[in-house]
Amino acid sequence: MSDRLHVATRKGLFELERRNGAWDVVDAQFLGDPISAVLADGEVVYAALDLGHFGAKLWRRDGDGRWNELPAPSFPPQPEDGSDDPHPWSLGKIWVIEPGGVAGRLWAGTMPGGLFRSDDGGESWSLNEPLWRMPDRRKWVGVAGGEQPGIGSVLVDPRNPQDIRIGVSTAGVWATTDTGASWRLINRGMYAEYLPPELREDPISQDVHRLSRCAARPEVMWCQHHNGVFRSEDAGANWREVSAIRPAKFGFAVAAHPHDPDTAWFVPAIKDERRIPVDGKVVVARTRDAGRSFEVLTRGLPQRHAYDLVWRHALDVDGSGERLAFGSTSGGLWISENGGDSWIMPEARLPPIAAVRFASR
Amino acid sequence: MPTVGFTRALGRFLAAPFLTVEAATVREAFGAVFGSRSTLRGYILDDQGALRRHIAVYVNGQPVRDRVGLSDPVGPSDEIYVFQALSGG
Repeated sequence: MSDRLHVATRKGLFELERRNGAWDVVDAQFLGDPISAVLADGEVVYAALDLGHFGAKLWRRDGDGRWNELPAPSFPPQPEDGSDDPHPWSLGKIWVIEPGGVAGRLWAGTMPGGLFRSDDGGESWSLNEPLWRMPDRRKWVGVAGGEQPGIGSVLVDPRNPQDIRIGVSTAGVWATTDTGASWRLINRGMYAEYLPPELREDPISQDVHRLSRCAARPEVMWCQHHNGVFRSEDAGANWREVSAIRPAKFGFAVAAHPHDPDTAWFVPAIKDERRIPVDGKVVVARTRDAGRSFEVLTRGLPQRHAYDLVWRHALDVDGSGERLAFGSTSGGLWISENGGDSWIMPEARLPPIAAVRFASR
Repeated sequence: MPTVGFTRALGRFLAAPFLTVEAATVREAFGAVFGSRSTLRGYILDDQGALRRHIAVYVNGQPVRDRVGLSDPVGPSDEIYVFQALSGG
């Protein structure tokens, strides 16, 4: 079980530790700076900064407790004939950092849709050129209209680090089985009822808010999609809608149980035009039967006039499947130690939360 | 020789000293400063070498015209100053 939680917010990175049964903030770094992603791998912590003026940055805290800036992922020079590319060849922000399953390897999913790889613990990065130079990449569209497309999920198969699935807002689910040398758009079965009829089931038009896979059964994946919840039992190729989700099917975050392929958690909200909790109640939806039914978990969560929205990366489960945490756009932070049955709120009023992440060990 | 100075706001992240360089354009001046300071370069320029959207560069109190190519000329006694454009939040 993880006793350490990292919280990336609009105004800094906060670290919580479980001591004597309570969770307390024990460290605050980069106060005032937006943190867009965090990864804690034992004592080593990676933090992606999204500085309004100075761009996207990457920092690492080593075992000695010191923070050092690393080179941020960077795009190669744009070709002269590339002016019709709808997306900039320049790093917008680092949206997610994931371990690559090999010592030293990391993957960074970014806006405007570049996937970057490091094999030296973040000391250097290279753009995955096969994905970026693929003609279909120009069909990716931005998040929330004006923004850039973003790779918000990078799922490395725990059995085989060459086998990776990425989820893109907005461009569906892409797969590689050769560590990124080639990519295929694989998702079938997702649909988006808000799109024009001819695009409703178009795989590349699917807004995959977030993907999560069961570590013990990696072929089982869950998706919180812009249009609802979907589940796959073949590593992201075929999806069926999970229509039992309640109290709403819209949301951003999903966490799959690390051992039980039938269990997953979501934080639903009124969809799309409003993006607030249903009836002003913050709830977590949990299924334990592969999505056939859901429990709506409320113990310890605000049930009156709460308007917290939970972003893609702001829900996490630890390696035991018992401890969960989620954070909201209002700075609410809740932790459960019993699989979501009940929740506690640490003593802190935090800035808007982009991501929460348990330390991996 | 022209001088290049940076907002003190950068000091939270890294060293950004005032420097005197040999240069006839803003791009040449930046090239001299960033040659051995690649991290600082990334705070000011985007991946393609253009000025970041929310960075302002003034020469003797006037904003540079060419934010992409940085071709604005600079003379021996000119002062180039780099700072953050205002934004909210």
